[in-house]
Amino acid sequence: MAEQGLAEPVLEIRNLCKSFGALKVTDDLSLTLLPGEIHALIGPNGAGKSTLVAQIAGQLAQDSGQIFLGGREISGLSVAGRARLGLGRTFQVSSLALEFSALRNVMLAVQGRAGASFGFFTPVLRDRRLTEPARAVLAEFDLASRADIPAAALSHGELRQLELAMAFALEPKVLLLDEPMAGIGAGGTPALTRVLEGLKGRVAMLLIEHDMDAVFRLADRITVLSEGRAIFSGPPGAVRASAVVRDVYLGGDDPGGEG
Amino acid sequence: MAETAVHIGRGHGAERRVNAALALGLLAAPLAALALGEPYYANLASRAAILALAGVGLNLALGYGGMVSFGHAAFFGIGGYAAGIAAQAAFSGVPAIGWPVAIPGTANMLPIWLAAMALAGLAAAGIGAISLRTSGVYFIMITLAFAQMIYYFAISWPEYGGEDGLSIYVRNGFPGLDSYDPLTFFLICYGCLMLALGFTALAMRARVGAALMCARMNASRLATVGIEPFPVKLTGFVISAMITGLAGALFADLNGFVGPSMLGWHTSGEIMVFVILGGVGRLFGPVAGAVLYVLMEHVLGGLTGHWQLVIGLVLLGVVLFARGGLVGLLAGEARHG
Repeated sequence: MAEQGLAEPVLEIRNLCKSFGALKVTDDLSLTLLPGEIHALIGPNGAGKSTLVAQIAGQLAQDSGQIFLGGREISGLSVAGRARLGLGRTFQVSSLALEFSALRNVMLAVQGRAGASFGFFTPVLRDRRLTEPARAVLAEFDLASRADIPAAALSHGELRQLELAMAFALEPKVLLLDEPMAGIGAGGTPALTRVLEGLKGRVAMLLIEHDMDAVFRLADRITVLSEGRAIFSGPPGAVRASAVVRDVYLGGDDPGGEG
Repeated sequence: MAETAVHIGRGHGAERRVNAALALGLLAAPLAALALGEPYYANLASRAAILALAGVGLNLALGYGGMVSFGHAAFFGIGGYAAGIAAQAAFSGVPAIGWPVAIPGTANMLPIWLAAMALAGLAAAGIGAISLRTSGVYFIMITLAFAQMIYYFAISWPEYGGEDGLSIYVRNGFPGLDSYDPLTFFLICYGCLMLALGFTALAMRARVGAALMCARMNASRLATVGIEPFPVKLTGFVISAMITGLAGALFADLNGFVGPSMLGWHTSGEIMVFVILGGVGRLFGPVAGAVLYVLMEHVLGGLTGHWQLVIGLVLLGVVLFARGGLVGLLAGEARHG
C-alpha cells in the first residue's frame, strides 16, 4: 500500500493542541493520511480520540495547530464547509434524519454535494439529479431494498451502512470513521470489516476503532494515542511488536484479541 | 420536537382526504351562512381563515423547522400595523412614513400585503439572526423577548395610536373586488390561505424543505453533508414570519382595527395553540386548529366566560394523547416519501 513520503497527504494535522482547563486532550499532535490509505487511530479510553475527531470535523476548535485537507487549510472552516471540501464522516452513535427514508437521507448528502439547497419548487423525489445518484449509492451499500424504509425502522447494522453510504455520496477525499464497529455486536463486525475492505483504496480513511481484529485487518498504518499524544506510529506488525504500545494500551494482552 | 412526524405532501391518502375535507368545509361554511342569511358567520369563517394563515406561517418554523417561536405575534402585529398605518394615512392624506422619504398611505390591499410581508420578513431576519444562535428554551425566551420589545414600542408610540391602536375607517380594497362584501372578503382570505398552503406543500417537498426538516431532526447531520443549518433555518424563519405578517394585515382589515394586543405574548400563544391543536408539522394542522379554536370560542364563548378553560383542557388532551393533533387523529401518523 501507500508508502509514507511518496504522495502528498490528503489529510494533514500539524501540531494540534487542545486543552480543557488543565487537561491536555490533544498534545502537539501531528499525523498524516495518504491517498487511498487506511490509517487507524487506537488508544485507551480518554486518550483523546473523540476530541481529535471533533477537531478534524470542525465541531470543536483547536487551541493551536493546523489541519489541512487536500493541501488546503481547513482549521477555520465550519463543519459544513469542511464537508463540502471533501471530508466525509460517520459517527460513533449513528446520526441520521430518522424520520426520512434511507433514500431521502442519502439524497440529502447528494444535495449537500451539489451545494444547492434553496430550491423551492422541484419536489426532491422527482429530481433525478438527487434520486439517481442516491439510489446508486444505496445499491452499492446493499440498501437498495431498504430505500423507502424510514431510517428509524432500520436495524443498527443497516444504520451503520446508511451512514457510510451518506458519507460516500459526498464523494469525499477523506473519510473519518469514528468507531464504526461500536454497538453492532460481534456478528456484525466481520461484515462491516468486509465492506470497509471493499472501499479500501477508493478513499483515504482515518479509522478510530477499538476492535483490534478489524484494525489489524484493515489498517496500513496505526497510530497509538495516549493522553493526547501520538506515542507510536507504524505498520500493524510494528505496533504488535512494540513494547511501548503493549504497556500503554494493550496492557500485555494478545494484541490480536479484544483491545 | 424530535418525535413529531412531519407530513411532506403527497403520499398519504388519508391525510390528503382530511386536508381536502378541511379545505372544502371551510369554503362551504360562509356559503351556507349567507344562504341562511347569516352574514355574521361569514365573518367568523374569515376569522378562522386568517388565524389559520397565521398558524400556517408559524407551522413552517415550528413544525417543519423545529424553531419553537414564542414571538410570532410580533410578525402578526407588524402585518396588522402595516395595514393600519397605510389605511389611516390614505384616509387622512398624511404620508404613512414621513422620513427619510415620504411614503404615502394606500387603501389597496396588494401593496399593503407586500409591505406587511416585507416588514415582517425584515423583522424576522433581524430577530432570527440573533435568536437562531440559541436553541431550546433560550430560543423560546429570546423570540418572546423580541416580541415584547416590539409590543412596548407600539404602546409608547402615540403617532401610531399608542395604547389605543389605530382604527381602519374604510376597509382596504382589493382591485376589482368589493372587500366589504363578507363573502368576497372571505374569499380573499381563503385565497391567501390556500396560496400559503400550496407554497408550504411545494417548498417542503423541495430541496429547501428537505434541508429545513433535517435541521429540525438533526442539525449536526445536515452540517455533516455540507449544508449549513443556519441559513436554512433563517430562511424558514423569515418566510414563516412573512406568512404570519400577511395574516396580520388581513386581521386588521377584518376587525377594522389594529392595536398593541395583536403584538402581545398571548397572541403568540394563541397562534401556537392553533398549530398544536391541529397538528405540529402537518400541512393542514393550523387550519384544523384555527377552525376548532374559532368554533369553540364562538359556541362556548356564548355559554360561559370561561371558555378558554375548555380550550386548555382540549389542548392538554392533544398534548398528552394525540401528538399529531386533530389531523393526526383523523389521518393517522405522518409518512415520508
